[in-house]
Amino acid sequence: MAGQVKQLGDSVLLTRLDAVANWARANSLWPMPFATACCGIELMSTAASRHDLSRFGSEVMRFTPRQCDLMIVAGRVVMKMLPVLQRIWLQMPEPKWCISMGACACTGGVFDTYAVVQGVDRFLPVDVYVPGCPPRPEQLIRSVMDLQQKIKDRGTFSGKEFGLRIIPEGPPRFDEDEIRRMRERNGLPLLDPKYNPLH
Amino acid sequence: MEFEQIKNSVSGAFPAVSLSWSEFRGQLRLGINASAVKQILSYLRTLGFDMLIDETAVDLLEYPDARDRFEVVYCLLSTETATRIIVKTWLNEPDLELPSVCDLWQSANWMEREIFDMFGIRFDGHPNLKRLLLPEQFTAFPMRRDYPVKGRGERHNFPVYTRAQS
Repeated sequence: MAGQVKQLGDSVLLTRLDAVANWARANSLWPMPFATACCGIELMSTAASRHDLSRFGSEVMRFTPRQCDLMIVAGRVVMKMLPVLQRIWLQMPEPKWCISMGACACTGGVFDTYAVVQGVDRFLPVDVYVPGCPPRPEQLIRSVMDLQQKIKDRGTFSGKEFGLRIIPEGPPRFDEDEIRRMRERNGLPLLDPKYNPLH
Repeated sequence: MEFEQIKNSVSGAFPAVSLSWSEFRGQLRLGINASAVKQILSYLRTLGFDMLIDETAVDLLEYPDARDRFEVVYCLLSTETATRIIVKTWLNEPDLELPSVCDLWQSANWMEREIFDMFGIRFDGHPNLKRLLLPEQFTAFPMRRDYPVKGRGERHNFPVYTRAQS
């Protein structure tokens, strides 16, 4: 028996199942490119030869949600598009992650209008945010590397870390501004503002 | 086709209708009552204005010296003589309805749908008058000037998915 073990040499590695699963998942992220605006151009550039996202193990862009485990929301999302986005997110198999790329996907950016959703994180769970308008490909690569680190640090084989995230992570759906306008419209007394930028 | 020729022709054909002609930077403009829109546009179509360049609307709320709420603008072009004419008409709040010109120019189809979408002006006789750009469930008309830029909460009216749910 001892001789047989000795024969195996260093071809056997002992580790935890979680670590193996995380190693495999982190290094084969298949992105779903949800590109709706100029961030999508940077996303394409990231996958193209100059920046070459495939060096980091996530080059397999798939245009069907059934084959993806990473959604990259690149660009502004309008209120007509959000149900589509949510449906695509629900169709993706577990385990899955989401990167919110660019100012518009994170906060709505300069498009503070009736039609543009003020950040997809109000309605979807987002793992990594990328600032920028649009972000450089290096920033997106960094976000993918951060996500890989997150998976390696906190991932579990059964995915139970996802089940713990039971409260919405984004800002509340109605910000103070919105509530003030609703009170004004309904003839209710206005509340004192919590934050006055003049002071 | 000269401007005088068009003016004389239209005025001769509709002596009873009040027409307000004006010229601005080499463009001929014609303002008419909403009730006379269809017959005058039909007549202009027979005069040779075979292309509807644009059909759009303007909300004149809080506009200085405005007497009416909405203005609907038709920009016509004659492809033979390269003459242009701009026809304007005015509408007010209770009866926001105009006859559709889809039967005269096919290109009016989507333009009228967009006007309906953004201003809530209905077009009588339109083959498919429903919202063009906004979702079907949308109830407001966002290009009206009394509609707030940030909306009335439509952009927040979606289910929130937590990570545990999805």
